[in-house]
Amino acid sequence: MSLARWIPAAAFACACAGAAAQDAKKEIEKYQRMIADSSPVELFELEGEALWKKKQGPKHVSLEACDLGLGAGVLKGAYARLPRYFADADRVMDLETRLLHCMTTLQGHSREDATKRVFGNEDRLSEMEYLSAYIAGQSRGMPMAPGTSHPKEQAAFELGRKTFFYRAGAWDFSCASCHGEEGKRIRMQDLPVLYKPENARPVVATWPAYRVSNSQFKTMQWRLNNCFQQMRYPEPNYASDITVALTMFLTATGEGEPYRGPGTKR
Amino acid sequence: MADPMKIRAGLKGDIADVRVLMNHPMETGQRKDGSGNLIPLHFIQEIAVKLNGKTVIDAQISQAVSRNPVFSFRVKGAKAGDKLEISWLDNRGERNSTETSLA
Amino acid sequence: MTRGAIPGAIFLLAACTSIHVGEPAKLSERDLSEVHAVLKRDFHARGIATMARIEPDSVQTACNLHHDHPPAEVARPIEEAQLKAIRFPAGELMGDWRRGQKIAESGIGMQWTDKPGSPSGGSCYNCHQLSPQEQSFGTVGPSLLAFGKARGSGAETQRYVFGKIYNAKAYNLCSQMPRMGHSGTLNEQQIKDLVAYLLDPGSPVNQ
Repeated sequence: MSLARWIPAAAFACACAGAAAQDAKKEIEKYQRMIADSSPVELFELEGEALWKKKQGPKHVSLEACDLGLGAGVLKGAYARLPRYFADADRVMDLETRLLHCMTTLQGHSREDATKRVFGNEDRLSEMEYLSAYIAGQSRGMPMAPGTSHPKEQAAFELGRKTFFYRAGAWDFSCASCHGEEGKRIRMQDLPVLYKPENARPVVATWPAYRVSNSQFKTMQWRLNNCFQQMRYPEPNYASDITVALTMFLTATGEGEPYRGPGTKR
Repeated sequence: MADPMKIRAGLKGDIADVRVLMNHPMETGQRKDGSGNLIPLHFIQEIAVKLNGKTVIDAQISQAVSRNPVFSFRVKGAKAGDKLEISWLDNRGERNSTETSLA
Repeated sequence: MTRGAIPGAIFLLAACTSIHVGEPAKLSERDLSEVHAVLKRDFHARGIATMARIEPDSVQTACNLHHDHPPAEVARPIEEAQLKAIRFPAGELMGDWRRGQKIAESGIGMQWTDKPGSPSGGSCYNCHQLSPQEQSFGTVGPSLLAFGKARGSGAETQRYVFGKIYNAKAYNLCSQMPRMGHSGTLNEQQIKDLVAYLLDPGSPVNQ
């Protein structure tokens, strides 16, 4: 009986600083697998569906006639094909940019009204976030296939790629400062090298995502916004060309990966 | 008026594997808002699961459970067509329920 | 080229143009101008984060043009100019390691959500290991475990550490480490406190 009591004590005594950090990593990975198992994301998809069908705005119409690239109202597989060029706007658009376009052109909202609350909180997601969850969920299982043949799509990719490696801001950061070298992490958060396909693929397959630690649902526009905040830049304009270009760069780098549906993250 | 719940139920033999997603802030009463005021206690206290009208699970949970709880459980003796109802009651007397037919 | 041949040539060109996935970008002067113009157009000032932050300086331009690996003849003059601009305090360069620890742990400051005039942290643990007691450390920069133990805390070492924190680019032009003094993130006392955190034999970093 005394031997059984000895062994755990010896195990603790042997733990050193390096092993403790590794154990912490393993526990975090275990936690991440647990939280991915059950997610309130499906509730957000239901709310998004209701908003998609709701008559809103000065024109009092729903978003059901919105063309996300596969035809008016066609949602199945649409998210996986974004970003892409839209002739009616003569622009490459990501999901949120396209939704904003439909909210203004179809529903008659001003851009100011439609962007009044684009990022929500734990108590209430924004309409954009609910809609993003719903629409992204309709692409579950489909390979990520953003547009890459139109010259503007290619230009968006190139602009995103150049920006990714461009150093600026108060702290001289580029995206590559954190996401450009293997084996790095900030505190305990691993940093994927995002310009490499094998690293971009699991990332593009799991955004937008629910963040368990603060119970908030976040989109790519938010993710980029928050990156630039932490990089000590000024703020990017919502749904601007540069944000679409960066999303195009990441998505095209992760092209082919089956979309897993809105993700659940730390 | 509570947000909808979502049930996912799979039937394997006579065992129903059920997962319910519930929308609820589950406030512990210890958090503070932006102005430094305590956000009042607000949490689901009771969850009941009924199979064809008969109570099979009667649970009491506390504010220790985090926001948007997910409740996973298995019910034995279920068959296709059975009605599964899940309902909750919170500390403010608010209720919500949802039901599904097993397939 | 005849008229008939041109559309064909363009078609061929379009079909051949593809995106370069998986390759880092090597930026030209033209690329720098293009990205800078896009940043000016697609960003806006908010809080303390002004548009001045995206005006490139000599360090950023050199590092962007040379993919962070500028030749010595380009790097050295800029490094020297950066070194000259460091405001070394007169007298003691070591502050209080207890205050330094708090500064190293704090990741606030310099963001558009931060209040003007409020002190910033150094965000040191975001990228570095420092004290052996702190498990939550980053690996973007090298481990600084036992930093002072290995180097002593003489005047030259103090000066090096102060200078490095103030402006890491003066010592290695395209370092990923922010210029904490040069950017106005940390003030003189804060940097002295970090020098102590790294070099003081009593600091947890050196236990």
